[in-house]
Amino acid sequence: MRQKTLVIIAAAAMGLSMSVSAAVDVESLRGDAVAKESAKPAKAKPVVVQGGIERNYKIQPPIIPHKIDKYRITRKNNGCLKCHSPKTYKKEKAPKVGDSHFLDRDGKRLTKVSSRRYFCNQCHIPQLDAKPLVENQFVGAK
Amino acid sequence: MTTNQKKGIFGILLIGIVLGVILWGGFNWALALTNTEQFCISCHEMRDNPYPDLQDTIHFTNRTGVRATCPDCHVPRPWIYKVIRKIQASNELYHHLKGTVDTPEKFEAKKFELAKHVWKTMKRTDSRECRNCHDYESMDFERQEPRAQEMHEEAGDKGYTCIDCHKGIAHQLPEEYDPDQDNPGESIYYQ
Ligand code: HEC
Ligand code: HEC
Repeated sequence: MRQKTLVIIAAAAMGLSMSVSAAVDVESLRGDAVAKESAKPAKAKPVVVQGGIERNYKIQPPIIPHKIDKYRITRKNNGCLKCHSPKTYKKEKAPKVGDSHFLDRDGKRLTKVSSRRYFCNQCHIPQLDAKPLVENQFVGAK
Repeated sequence: MTTNQKKGIFGILLIGIVLGVILWGGFNWALALTNTEQFCISCHEMRDNPYPDLQDTIHFTNRTGVRATCPDCHVPRPWIYKVIRKIQASNELYHHLKGTVDTPEKFEAKKFELAKHVWKTMKRTDSRECRNCHDYESMDFERQEPRAQEMHEEAGDKGYTCIDCHKGIAHQLPEEYDPDQDNPGESIYYQ
C-alpha cells in the first residue's frame, strides 16, 4: 500500500517536472516562454490610406481606410453617417454607404440605414500598421 | 484752499482708490472663480450630464495633454461679452433652483433645445470661443490629413464657421440631431 503511494507520488513529480521543462522549451511567436506572461505587442498606429484599401473579394465589406476613434456609434447617433449618408457624402467627398445598407431582410428599401447595418464596425474595421507574427500568404480572389 | 481742505480731498481720493481696487479686484476675483470647471460641475446637472460626455472626447484626453474646460468653450474671453454671458447665467441659476433638468431623463429631454442654443450662438459669433485655441492663422493645413486640408481650405473659401462642421465634438449629440439636415450652408439647426 505504502509502496504504491510512493510510486504514484514519484510519477506525479516526474510528470510535473517534465511539464515544467517542456514549458521552458516552447516559445511563443513573440519569443516568450509559454509559462510567462507574454510581452506586450509593439505599438502600432492606425493606417490611413488615401483612395481606400483594395477589396479581396466581391461583396467584401471594404476595410476602413481612416481613423475612427473620434466617431461614435450609439443607440441615438451614428457618427459615420455624418460623412457616409446619401445626403452628406458629396459634401464630405466620402463614398456613400452601399445601397444594400438600406434593405431590410425581405429586400424592402428603407429611407434610413437598416438596423441590420447600423453598427458599421460589425463589418467594417480600420487597420493598424502592425507586423504580422507569421507570414501571411493569403491572396485575394480576383 | 487751506491745508486742512487739501488734506481732506487727498484723504477722500486715497479712500476712493483703495476701495476701488478692492471692489474691482473682488469683482474680477469672483468672475474668475465662477469661470472654472470646478465651479461648473459643482452643480449636479453639469457634473452628471455634460461632464461625463466631455470625458469621452478628444477635448478631454488626447496625445498632448492639452485640454479644454467648460468655460474655454462656453464663456467668451473679451471682457464685455464675458460679463454679458455671466448675467445670462442667472437664468441658469433660476432653472437650477427650479430643477428643470435635475434628472438625467429631464436633461436628455431638453438636450436638443439646449444644444441648439449653443449652436446658434456659435454660428452668430463665428465660433469665437473655438478660435481662442484654434486660430485659422496659425493652422498649418500642410500638416493635416489630406482630407482635412481640403475641407479646411474649402471652408475658408466658402465662409463656413467651425461649428458648421464640428457639432458634437465635446458632447454626445442629442438624439434628434440628423446629419442629413446639417450640411454646411444648408443646416436647419440655426433657426
Ligand atoms: C469625417 C468624415 C468621415 C467620417 C465621420 C467617417 N468616414 Fe469613412 N470615409 C471618409 C472618406 C473621405 C473616405 C474615403 C477615403 C479615401 O478613399 O481616401 C472614407 C472611406 C470609408 C470606407 C471605405 C469605403 C470603400 O469603398 O473603400 C469605409 C468602409 C468607411 N469609410 C467606413 C466608415 C465608418 C464605419 C465610419 C464610422 C466609424 C466612418 N467611415 C466615418 C470619411 C468619413
Ligand atoms: C452587415 C455588415 C455591414 C454593416 C453593419 C455595414 N456594412 Fe457597409 N458594407 C458591407 C458590405 C458587404 C459592403 C460591400 C457590398 C455592398 O456595397 O453592399 C459594404 C460597403 C460599404 C461602403 C462602400 C460602398 C460602395 O459603394 O463602395 C461603405 C462606404 C460602407 N459600407 C459604409 C458603411 C457604414 C457607414 C456603415 C454603418 C452605418 C456600414 N457600412 C455598415 C457590409 C456592412
